[in-house]
Amino acid sequence: MIQFENVSKKFRTVTVLDKVTLNIQAGERIALVGFNGAGKTTLIRCLLGEYNHQGTILVKDQAARKQRQQILAHVGFVPQLPPPLKMPVGQLLQFAADLCHSQVERMRKIGERLGLDLDQLWNRPFVKLSGGQKQKILISIALGRDSQILIMDEPAANLDPEARRIFFSLLDECPKDTVMLISSHRLDEVAALVNRVVEMDRGQIVLDDKVADQVNLSHQLHCQIQFNRNEDAFAKALQTWQFSSDEQQLVWQGQIAGADRLRFLGMISRYAGLLAQVQLEEVQS
Amino acid sequence: MLKHLWLSAKLDIAESLRARWFLIYALVFGGIVALLFLFGLTESRVMGFTGLSRLLITYIQLCMAILPIFVLITTVRSVAGDREAGIFEYLLSLPVSLTGWYWGKLLGRFITVYLPVLLAMLAAAAWAAFKGLEIPWLQFSYYSALLLALTWCFLGIGMLLSTLARSIDIAQGLGFLVWLILLLFLDLILLGMLIQQQVQQEVIVAIALLNPMQVFRTAAMLLFDPQLVLLGPAAYVILDNFGVKGYIIWAFVYPIGFGSLCAALGYSLFKRGDLP
Repeated sequence: MIQFENVSKKFRTVTVLDKVTLNIQAGERIALVGFNGAGKTTLIRCLLGEYNHQGTILVKDQAARKQRQQILAHVGFVPQLPPPLKMPVGQLLQFAADLCHSQVERMRKIGERLGLDLDQLWNRPFVKLSGGQKQKILISIALGRDSQILIMDEPAANLDPEARRIFFSLLDECPKDTVMLISSHRLDEVAALVNRVVEMDRGQIVLDDKVADQVNLSHQLHCQIQFNRNEDAFAKALQTWQFSSDEQQLVWQGQIAGADRLRFLGMISRYAGLLAQVQLEEVQS
Repeated sequence: MLKHLWLSAKLDIAESLRARWFLIYALVFGGIVALLFLFGLTESRVMGFTGLSRLLITYIQLCMAILPIFVLITTVRSVAGDREAGIFEYLLSLPVSLTGWYWGKLLGRFITVYLPVLLAMLAAAAWAAFKGLEIPWLQFSYYSALLLALTWCFLGIGMLLSTLARSIDIAQGLGFLVWLILLLFLDLILLGMLIQQQVQQEVIVAIALLNPMQVFRTAAMLLFDPQLVLLGPAAYVILDNFGVKGYIIWAFVYPIGFGSLCAALGYSLFKRGDLP
């Protein structure tokens, strides 16, 4: 579906992409990982037809730059940094819906599922929203239309655990042949979402690996944690995951999204010395 | 494409109406008219002009001084600023046609920049009618059209500079530099000196004809001073060669053409270059 063939990009004398070749098939969910400056954002901008480049980028046999408008009609994009748009949320949704031949109502529904009170936010300038609200609006625009390709740059970084769970469910609802390209500088943030990992370093692809362990994005895990003494920092961390505890605050329970388990385990590993028992059990959503 | 042009124009108009620069901009032009009335300019008489004609003459001279720099700075600030802030990266990831986006932005900005100037003049006419003063409609229309040409011209230059410069600072610096050069090449400053230095007449005429601010200044004065007594020698030479009618045609065609050329060049660079 997407072909990068010897794609290079230079800014003056600095080579940011160096002969990148990559083929992406329909239905692949790819984690694009690498340190800052590895070339991930430049690769995405080339794919979005925003940068001139050497080499070829074809999306469904159309050149990314020359036929950008036709290609972008099928691409949902969530940037890493929300743009500082002063326009009200309602106007942004209307503008995006008009351009993408979608309906505002469809985007609204996604936003509401993610926990946004859009009636309240409708006339507020986008730039004045919190980081999480902005991210949810941008996700609503990307998912509230017919996209065959989803390009997301750290899409869940600003979301709370509940919104992340819903976000994963929304991704799971996308047609199975949807291509997802999820960029992150941390693999643990996105590992559970993908079935292929592409790592970039200094403008080149240094790793291209298929992930055998596929996680059902809509699954949830029931988690019970017991620890040997009460610790405020741990309690606060668990409260952000909406866990509840017994009176002594020694036993905590809650649910996490299946796709979030690596991130969750990463979080509790910081308190490994306090843990007496950890139990994770898959439950039906 | 027309749908995208209009969507882009609407977006730019709404953004401008929310911006502080627009508030200041509208206040400046409205304030000028209010102040001119307040200081009793309609009561004074210069070269036989009084009432609303007198006010319009002063208004258009003030517009020449402030409109170009206002248009240049606000245009380059917002366009280059949007690019620098990452707004282009996001909005141009939507399936908007680049032609519709660029020209829509230009159209939207033109409406927001020209409208306060025109509305201030209309407000003056309404006030004059209320006071029982005669409204010189020919002069009114002529000045409105001249201001339209001037606005379009500097908007086109502003869009070109915004495309050329990748940061707000450079874009703003370039805008100021262009304005300063054009200001220096007005007849009373550099052109007067060039004539004193006995530079070739053709060179002086060419400079005066190519400077949109000089073209506007001369055309604005033509209406009340056909002999150009108030003007410096460059305009006098030009009139000898072109005549009043020829010059008036040039005063409309050239700034609009030059502004369009700059905008088209900007579009070509925008379309071919990196977008964000």
